Amino acid sequence: MVTDALKTIARPSDAQIWAALAEVPDPEMPVVNLVELGIVREIGWVEGGLVVTITPTFAACPAYEVMGTSIVECLRMLGVEHVAVQVRHEPAWTSEWISEEARQKLRAAGMAPPPHHQGDLIQVLLYPVECPHCGSTNTTLRNSFGTTPCRMIYTCDDCKEPFERFKPL
Amino acid sequence: MSETQKKALADYLIALADDELILGHRDSEWTGHAPILEEDIAFANLALDEIGHARLWYELAATVLGADPARFPDQQVYFRPAAQFRCLQLVELPKGDWAFSMLRQYLFDAFEQHRLAGLVQSKHKPLADAAGRIRNEELYHLRHTRAWVPRLGLGTAESQARMQAALDELWPYAQALGAPLPGELDLLPASWVPGSSSLFDVWSREVREFLKEASLAVPEVQGDVESDRTVHSEYFPTLIADLQEVARLDPEAQW
Repeated sequence: MVTDALKTIARPSDAQIWAALAEVPDPEMPVVNLVELGIVREIGWVEGGLVVTITPTFAACPAYEVMGTSIVECLRMLGVEHVAVQVRHEPAWTSEWISEEARQKLRAAGMAPPPHHQGDLIQVLLYPVECPHCGSTNTTLRNSFGTTPCRMIYTCDDCKEPFERFKPL
Repeated sequence: MSETQKKALADYLIALADDELILGHRDSEWTGHAPILEEDIAFANLALDEIGHARLWYELAATVLGADPARFPDQQVYFRPAAQFRCLQLVELPKGDWAFSMLRQYLFDAFEQHRLAGLVQSKHKPLADAAGRIRNEELYHLRHTRAWVPRLGLGTAESQARMQAALDELWPYAQALGAPLPGELDLLPASWVPGSSSLFDVWSREVREFLKEASLAVPEVQGDVESDRTVHSEYFPTLIADLQEVARLDPEAQW
């Protein structure tokens, strides 16, 4: 039928969808987007429309409802009318999923990116943390908790600037 | 999954969730009141994490019971009568002074870390997966309280006295951590959950050692300890009334 043909033509490619999703900023750290943070896990078409699967960073992350709304709006701009955002907790999000590019962007914005940890969080938390402003590793932890569940607060003992660090998880 | 297992698992999960929820609620009472700004931020985060973990456990219970995971947590939290909660009295106690809240958090989280390590090995995969997620986040809690307990215990005469008073009050309540959770005995044979009493032995040795190094003396426990989760403290009805007041004013409200 003609309408079916139109639907087929109107449906954007997966590459276009991923590109659009890569324009959705993280609500609390807008310098990085939801794809490079590893929050968007999967896209797939079902009969009723498109399903986007996301995995929030921390279990209690209060931002994920906003993320869902932003995703729906962004895909509507691309012409996808029916989008369902599904939250999946397993496998659990890990900071290992953050891309190298996103780590660079975080650092440029003054936030220390999480170190790679290969699953050993206890060990990695003992390593020195590099100040994102001056590069010194002469830094002190001020608080294991910060302005969002995924951040902790440090100060640099050389340039004296405070900075936040994205928690390894 | 047999009907007995289903019921046991749901009861177990709801008890886990209730502990997290009520501890998180008490933690949240520090928001705007903590002694220093950093600790205000820390306790707000602890509260948020615990309540988030409660939601994960309630959602998992919903899937076991065939309930709607999107609605079940709110129903349990805002519309369940106080008598149906299954939290320990340890987490119900008022927040007390900051030493009291810090020490309670340490005692609870140190135990929880062992329980989560056991649950990660669960033969029931959804339970193991959720425990894995929660365990990594909880590492930050334990790291925080393990830094503060010795700092306060070995700090000033006042901080030591406050910590010791907190320990004297908390220690008997903490003994209830070793009692089996609802459903636990039905879930043990299939290795779905770890046994609370063996976790308790490991925990007890560890925290006794740690508290001693922080110049805190573990008191003798006199008499019986209430470990029945259907029996609540005198503080609990007020806590639940506070927690549920707004939701009950307008149950249909959209947030």
